[in-house]
Amino acid sequence: MRLSYPADIKIIQVPCTGRVDILHLLNAIEDGADGVYVAGCLEGECHYISGNLKARKKVAYVKKTLTEIGIEPERVEMFNLSSAQGARFAEIAREMVGRIRQLGPSPIRKKNHAA
Amino acid sequence: MIVADRKSLQEILAMVADKNKILIAGCKGCVTVCNVGGLKEVEILAASMKIARKKDGNDIEIDVKVLERQCDTEYVAGISDVVGNYEAVISLACGVGPQFLSEMYRDQTFFPGVNTTFFGGATKHGVWEERCAGCGTCAIHNFGGLCPIARCAKSLMNGPCGGSSKGVCEVNKDTECIWDSIVKKKMESGRLEDLIGVKGIKSWKTARDGGPRKSIREELIQGNI
Repeated sequence: MRLSYPADIKIIQVPCTGRVDILHLLNAIEDGADGVYVAGCLEGECHYISGNLKARKKVAYVKKTLTEIGIEPERVEMFNLSSAQGARFAEIAREMVGRIRQLGPSPIRKKNHAA
Repeated sequence: MIVADRKSLQEILAMVADKNKILIAGCKGCVTVCNVGGLKEVEILAASMKIARKKDGNDIEIDVKVLERQCDTEYVAGISDVVGNYEAVISLACGVGPQFLSEMYRDQTFFPGVNTTFFGGATKHGVWEERCAGCGTCAIHNFGGLCPIARCAKSLMNGPCGGSSKGVCEVNKDTECIWDSIVKKKMESGRLEDLIGVKGIKSWKTARDGGPRKSIREELIQGNI
């Protein structure tokens, strides 16, 4: 397929999005990531039954925490697609990068740069 | 178990607003079981606080430690070598924890990170309900194993009262009338006559009304068993 997608993304592979933890997402933000998204299998098609559904709930928890802190919750997102949807993967990558560009750098990094 | 709810992030941040190096101490007892003060919750709170402080350009150094229990001096003593390294400590244990810590480490400041609520259990994942009021004189066998002291809004020994409607307490539409349940249970088991006798006035001497309580087990003090 050889589709191109923005080079701004660092991919971290996990066996199932059920492995993604609240702490992984929070630590990424804490370490200065401008945004984090989880790309899981389509809902109802998890090989481990509910890994992607659990990941969605964890993403929701982190969104809530970021809102409480005063950081845009849109910086964290959950997407669902199948491994056969390469074009959709590239589309999501562009969508997320576009969203983050609009939001600007993470407020955490902005402060640190200023300091 | 003792059930607690975590204080809001904003409230906790405000407690340590002027501190730059803190310890968050969790507990592997009840608060781990009710998902409020175990290792996972301690780490999530630390990460959330660090993000919030970084956002404000006022970084905070946070270490985490989870004690076996914060209600036993032998485990509380386990942080004696590090407790002095921090400007303050947030305890995610029940109200007992920060008190044991405060008593042992008199120069350190301990903040409670949770609101301790009641003795209860999980009726389903994520839902805890009160079951015991710790009144010091258990008599639930008289009430079909259901405690009217903890679960009736008026702690009635003889019920239900006139505020019971369709099994619901007048205090809150989400609160079951435990006396309705007690009567139903007795009827189902054909033992309704158990409730005919008027229960005498309850002595509250063993409850909190008699002042702070102490439990002494002489045989343990003497080390015989």
